[in-house]
Amino acid sequence: MAGPMKMRATIAGGNTEVRVLMTHPMTTAQMKEGLHHIQNVVVKQNGKTVVEAEISQAVSRNPVFSFRLKGGAKGDKIEVSWLDNKGESNKIETAVA
Amino acid sequence: MNNIRRSLLAAAGLLLLKPLAALAAWNQEAFGAKSAADALKGLGTANPAPSKDIVIEAPQIAENGAVVPIEISSNIPGTTSIAVLIEKNPFPLAGKFDFKEGALPFVKLNVKMGETSDVRVIALAGGKSFVATREIKVTIGGCGG
Repeated sequence: MAGPMKMRATIAGGNTEVRVLMTHPMTTAQMKEGLHHIQNVVVKQNGKTVVEAEISQAVSRNPVFSFRLKGGAKGDKIEVSWLDNKGESNKIETAVA
Repeated sequence: MNNIRRSLLAAAGLLLLKPLAALAAWNQEAFGAKSAADALKGLGTANPAPSKDIVIEAPQIAENGAVVPIEISSNIPGTTSIAVLIEKNPFPLAGKFDFKEGALPFVKLNVKMGETSDVRVIALAGGKSFVATREIKVTIGGCGG
């Protein structure tokens, strides 16, 4: 099941700093749970894709990522979504504080 | 009648195709590679040039290999992509981050490391590839369980 996500987006040093947490087991094939990991992460700023990532089972359980976007302003809408190898997905949206 | 049948078939076809399309953007060749060299090949990156303009911030010694924080930024102008490879992991490629217009070539993430290893960061800029390497020592590996 897709667990909850948390995100914080703030203006720091003139740029937008995005920190996002995803609840996910991120298990490898060697673990008893079998291979289950997020494959794709997409970051959008006001509806426009700014970061597209592909990740492997080597990313730690309950992944936390930080990204930096050029400029930006309070109130900008930041959306982060993920999709895993079993087709499960989740997303979160927040306004830059 | 035939038209209805055709559109039903088309709709069924779309339903079948949709999950495949959604999962397609994952580079199986690169992520399935068991050596850093093969992973680089899978990424279409040959012989990256060493660069001091890729900054890797990570602990010298990670006590817990299950959660090793790595912060990466590229000061190479026009960087569009950053890939992270953990040389001695069973599957070295940990992630690939594509930065579009509006994003800075920066990412911070936590990775698992099975043992002490070189971590290689590849940056793409203007059709060229660059690499920086950093060794991280691991006292307790984080790939078992």
